[in-house]
Amino acid sequence: MEPVQLLGPDGTLNPDPAWPLEITPELCRELHRRMMLARSFDNAALALQRQGELGLWLQSLGQEAAQVGSMLALRNTDHVFPSYREQAAALCRGITPAELLVQWRGNAHSGWDPARYRFHIYTLVLAAQLPHATGYAMGVQRDGTDEIVLVYFGDGSTSQGEANEAFNWAAAAEVPLLFFCQNNQWAISTPTQTQMRAPLHQRARGFGLDAHLVDGNDVLAVLAVTRGVAAQIRSGGGPALIEAVTYRMAGHSTSDDPGRYRNQSELDSWTVRDPIARLEALLVDRGWTDAKYRDELSAECEALAEETRQVCREFGPVDVSGVFTSVLAQQTPLLAEEQRNHEALLASYED
Amino acid sequence: MSVLTLSKAINTGLRHALEDDPKVVVMGEDVGGLGGVFRVTDGLQKDFGSDRVIDTPLAEASIVGTAIGLALRGYRPVCEIQFDGFVYPAFSQIVSQLAKMRARTSGLLSMPVVIRIPVGGGIGAVEHHSESNEAYFAHTAGLRVVCCSNPADAHWMLRQAVRSDDPVIFYEPKRRYWSKAEVDESEERVLELDRARIVRPGRDLTLLTYGGMVQTCLDAAEAATAEGRDIEVVDLRTLSPLDLDTITASVTRTGRCVVAHEAPTFAGLGAEIGSAVTERCFYRLEAPVLRVGGFNTPYPPAKVEDQYLPDLDRVLDTVDRALAF
Repeated sequence: MEPVQLLGPDGTLNPDPAWPLEITPELCRELHRRMMLARSFDNAALALQRQGELGLWLQSLGQEAAQVGSMLALRNTDHVFPSYREQAAALCRGITPAELLVQWRGNAHSGWDPARYRFHIYTLVLAAQLPHATGYAMGVQRDGTDEIVLVYFGDGSTSQGEANEAFNWAAAAEVPLLFFCQNNQWAISTPTQTQMRAPLHQRARGFGLDAHLVDGNDVLAVLAVTRGVAAQIRSGGGPALIEAVTYRMAGHSTSDDPGRYRNQSELDSWTVRDPIARLEALLVDRGWTDAKYRDELSAECEALAEETRQVCREFGPVDVSGVFTSVLAQQTPLLAEEQRNHEALLASYED
Repeated sequence: MSVLTLSKAINTGLRHALEDDPKVVVMGEDVGGLGGVFRVTDGLQKDFGSDRVIDTPLAEASIVGTAIGLALRGYRPVCEIQFDGFVYPAFSQIVSQLAKMRARTSGLLSMPVVIRIPVGGGIGAVEHHSESNEAYFAHTAGLRVVCCSNPADAHWMLRQAVRSDDPVIFYEPKRRYWSKAEVDESEERVLELDRARIVRPGRDLTLLTYGGMVQTCLDAAEAATAEGRDIEVVDLRTLSPLDLDTITASVTRTGRCVVAHEAPTFAGLGAEIGSAVTERCFYRLEAPVLRVGGFNTPYPPAKVEDQYLPDLDRVLDTVDRALAF
């Protein structure tokens, strides 16, 4: 099975009647803009980590099309469960650089209100968010609304039991849930072929899920397929899975050294399939950009990068008292005692 | 006021919870038509429908993980784990997700999820069906861990647990499922969920226990009167947080303390209680805090579980040793 592709690596359009999409200059510029902003933010955050301002950073480099295309296919009322590399998706929902960085700064475990953005906090334990999304979708089903739920995860996550349990239960319960796998080929140093013999989209069908394979570096294809599948789920068609074939162009994290396990020729082969370059080729070919667009976007990207650097510099110290008061709804007497004792000890240092 | 078995008292507690709040859902393996393997959910699906009393796949990690998702959507799930030894596949979801969600969001998100677990031995079961694993969960910040011992408590503690905005591990001592007592379902003149109860006042020694061991300890205290011993028995009810006020007040009066539980003693609740009591009551103690519990072995085959579980004689032997100091 070949992945659905509407936009070739050289920028040529190949419409697919199965996945109709009205390809307008406005749409292409909007997709391009969001991917460029995501990459600018990602680069700024990477630099901050290299300067010691962030403890860790996980780049979304190369996966912008998979995230932006799928997010723009949703309604703002649809609930999203990310994994931990979904910066491009989070920016699409309006989550701010400060809210995204605070976790990696080490100031908090998460940075935003999931209810406000309809975007859950990151889940770092692989596949744990898939049952959460299944349960949330069961709630939507009981509430009788036409919302759908989308859950992001990677190829590595699909080896976890909870992923397969979620595929199974979601299918059996026919909940309005879209499983969106960004197959970026690598789970830290473990390649996909070490993790599975049957491709995920094929495995998904065995669970009774409607499953699709899409070129994850083709933002138009991702948008068209996600939009079509979302509409089908919204109209009561039951859960589905999209496997987006993409590539993690950076290491797993800033602590990783991909040079130890993959070679330059592989990276080169994916660089020519870069999701942004491909859309730019189309924009240039069709004359859908001009100097004004490029200048404005460049300024907007630089402003986002500057905001990213500035909010990071402005993070203040963390007050430890918060850890004592967010364990249970009411603080227990034992924890209150621990907090009092600790604060008394701290106070005793000041003489 | 009616006389109910402990299992029926939980059943009626669930029924009230389902009636009181449309967001309450009950979910677990075989909880629907069968009514659960212990019949605790008997008749609920018939009356509340399969959307609210949900037969789940046989997948504990997903039962809890899905309950978390339902809670994020505004529901109040009550999960049943079929047997104590089957909770481990859900351990990651309980410890890393359910317990930590409030802290991970700096207090933004609540997780009003109850996980009911039939616990402990004494019913002649096969392996993995008789365990006492409360220490794992008591050790985890972000959970409430409670254990009922009698029908009235079972009923009201369950209803309180469902109303709690915190995740609650709700242990039900399976060897007491069939004990009967009066339960007043209409009037809540009951202790709060985070309080222990003195179930037998006494002057000579404080015997702290919970769950299936409460009746054993009451029997032991009664037997001890023959030798002129006046034992105070405290039903802890809440294992995390511990009601240290009630515990230390009792030990301060008696000067001696024994903790009895079914779980192995090593790094068990008794170790934590012994340490807390020693710190707080050191100058009132006439003897070290002693523990009596399951041996530090995997739960044994049914034919020898009577020796593994602390019985009246082993409890009294420990009480005697504490009194001998």
